[in-house]
Amino acid sequence: MTGMHRFANPTRFLRIANAVLPWFAGLTVICFVAGLYLGLITAPPDYQQGETVRIMFVHVPAAWMALFVYSVMALASAVGFIWKHPLNDLVAKTSAPIGAAFTFLALVTGALWGQPMWGTWWVWDARLTSVLVLFFLYLGYMALWQAYDNPVKAAKPAAILALVGFVNVPIIKFSVDWWNTLHQPASVVTMEGPKMGNEFLIPLLVMAAAFKFYYLTVLIYRLRTEISARKIRALTLAQVEG
Amino acid sequence: MSFAGHNLDCIRGDRLVFSGLDFAAEPGHALILEGPNGSGKSSLLRVAAGLLRQAAGTLTWNGENVGGDPDAHRARLHYVGHLDAVKPVFTVAENVRFWAGLRGQDDLDAAAGNALETFGISHLADIPGRMLSAGQKRRANLARIVAAPAPLWLLDEPTNSLDVATTAVVRDLIIKHCEEGGVVMMATHVPLDIPGEDVLRLKGTQPVAVDLDEAV
Amino acid sequence: MTGLGGLIVRDVQLAFRQGGAAFLAVMFFLLTVTLFPLGVGPELTILARISTGVLFVAALFASMLSLDRLFQADYEDGSLELLVLSPLPLPLVVLAKCTAHWLSTGVPLIIAAPVLALLMNMDEPGYPVLMLSMLLATPCLSLIGAIGAGLTVGIRRGGVLLPLLVLPLFIPVLIFAVGAVEAAINGLGPRPHLLVLAALLMGALALCPVASAAALRLAME
Repeated sequence: MTGMHRFANPTRFLRIANAVLPWFAGLTVICFVAGLYLGLITAPPDYQQGETVRIMFVHVPAAWMALFVYSVMALASAVGFIWKHPLNDLVAKTSAPIGAAFTFLALVTGALWGQPMWGTWWVWDARLTSVLVLFFLYLGYMALWQAYDNPVKAAKPAAILALVGFVNVPIIKFSVDWWNTLHQPASVVTMEGPKMGNEFLIPLLVMAAAFKFYYLTVLIYRLRTEISARKIRALTLAQVEG
Repeated sequence: MSFAGHNLDCIRGDRLVFSGLDFAAEPGHALILEGPNGSGKSSLLRVAAGLLRQAAGTLTWNGENVGGDPDAHRARLHYVGHLDAVKPVFTVAENVRFWAGLRGQDDLDAAAGNALETFGISHLADIPGRMLSAGQKRRANLARIVAAPAPLWLLDEPTNSLDVATTAVVRDLIIKHCEEGGVVMMATHVPLDIPGEDVLRLKGTQPVAVDLDEAV
Repeated sequence: MTGLGGLIVRDVQLAFRQGGAAFLAVMFFLLTVTLFPLGVGPELTILARISTGVLFVAALFASMLSLDRLFQADYEDGSLELLVLSPLPLPLVVLAKCTAHWLSTGVPLIIAAPVLALLMNMDEPGYPVLMLSMLLATPCLSLIGAIGAGLTVGIRRGGVLLPLLVLPLFIPVLIFAVGAVEAAINGLGPRPHLLVLAALLMGALALCPVASAAALRLAME
């Protein structure tokens, strides 16, 4: 069959991925050590929030990543859907659980931070509510992948869902903010603080970098696993066909 | 009028159903698809209808690329698949009228009445779909392609669950359609012996690994 | 009736002949709302306070009840293939089916809403805005739901997956629909809420049929 070479295996991607993986892993470790040192030891306690402000160094990057990974998912889905690059479908698929984990982390740290600040574990604050909805969007996306027996068939419906979700994220954010201002006077302290000094900003940015490198590292690992799973599937199929 | 496919590849899930396939369906010559189960007859008909997107290759109608105007392609074709699309709560006449109306047929009562008569089910016109036998449902399904004429017929085992007499009716219809210059593409396991038929033989499928390399 | 009009008539007829969709939706709406006084307690001030939210959440569930059949029934008997192959553009086919869904479930809910608002002791100024806000919100639910219905058509247990996919997308509609009624009750103008709701409807009208049609094409492969 003449066309068969076009359906070859992803050796080139794996070569590049394996080359950059140790660098990403190393940068993840360095940024985490530096960020945690700066955040937990160097940074002073906040005059208003005390030691609890340090939760911010995990919470804020996690919330950023929640949105960032969803955007990556949507972008990869669009590229996979329009130009039919299967690797992009895999990037979207493998990113979802990582993004969901970041989102969950943002929710948990938000609750931990809320306890001392508001005296209760959960407050229907606009930011936390939006992150919660984002978490649901991740879960729905992952459930759709799960619902298909054949991962090849799931890619495109999942891509549509990711894009629909992405279009909706700003609308949901806008509506939740609106809802929040209606129901709560704006006296509640928000996570952002009024103005952030360098002693807070630098550890925050280093932690954000750590989270980003961590995402890339895990993404490559998961992609390698996914590609192997696809190969096994193809081999099994070949065996069934004889 | 002629309908042709050039260098078609079809992938379904992990299977390369066919690759580099060419076909030409000429008016007056019904194109019969042959091959064992799973050889891609149904897939080819679905590709021809536009239900399934081919991985590579083009379809042409009178030499023009079908992909350029998919709306026009759908308007010119009738597809008969494995399922009969008969609503259980609608009568036979309502079912046929709806499908004919969806394709822009004006005089629905006359068109549906005529179609039911062709298949000898006029007496079932007011019977709801849920009370029909498999053969009657199939006849109701085939009646819709008579009720709203279209030049291109894509038939996937059209004589399934039909008796000998009705199979002959279908055969006559196909011959008539061909004589009038219509194009027919058909998968069938019952040899119908259409005068002037062409045969396209399809082979088996094979698994493929999806290409991840091109993406980098 | 030919073309799209015929499709709308056909779907509405199907909805009523196959077990009375309107009746089921309204019954579900009524039952859900009835559970709240039984669960929360019959104190009228509390019921009045939560009435708007309860009404819209219940209406949202009621209209979702029949969503999983929107394409699934046609998929199972082969009609969906023929609808996809009709000469009409597929997004318009989806729009026609959404219209039929709205006529057979959304409209009965709008009509039932004031009666249920009475049961929930809703404050009087809310009633006209409740109707208006339902009128704008229910078509959004049918349209957004069509995306979920398109994505889950042909999947085993798609009916369970569908709410998980579309409920988060319903949130903006819920917020502005409830906001409009609350604003009217509190003597503020409901206008900004209604305008945003109308904008959401316009956006849904433009985008949802396209997304749903793309999902349906994939379900055919």
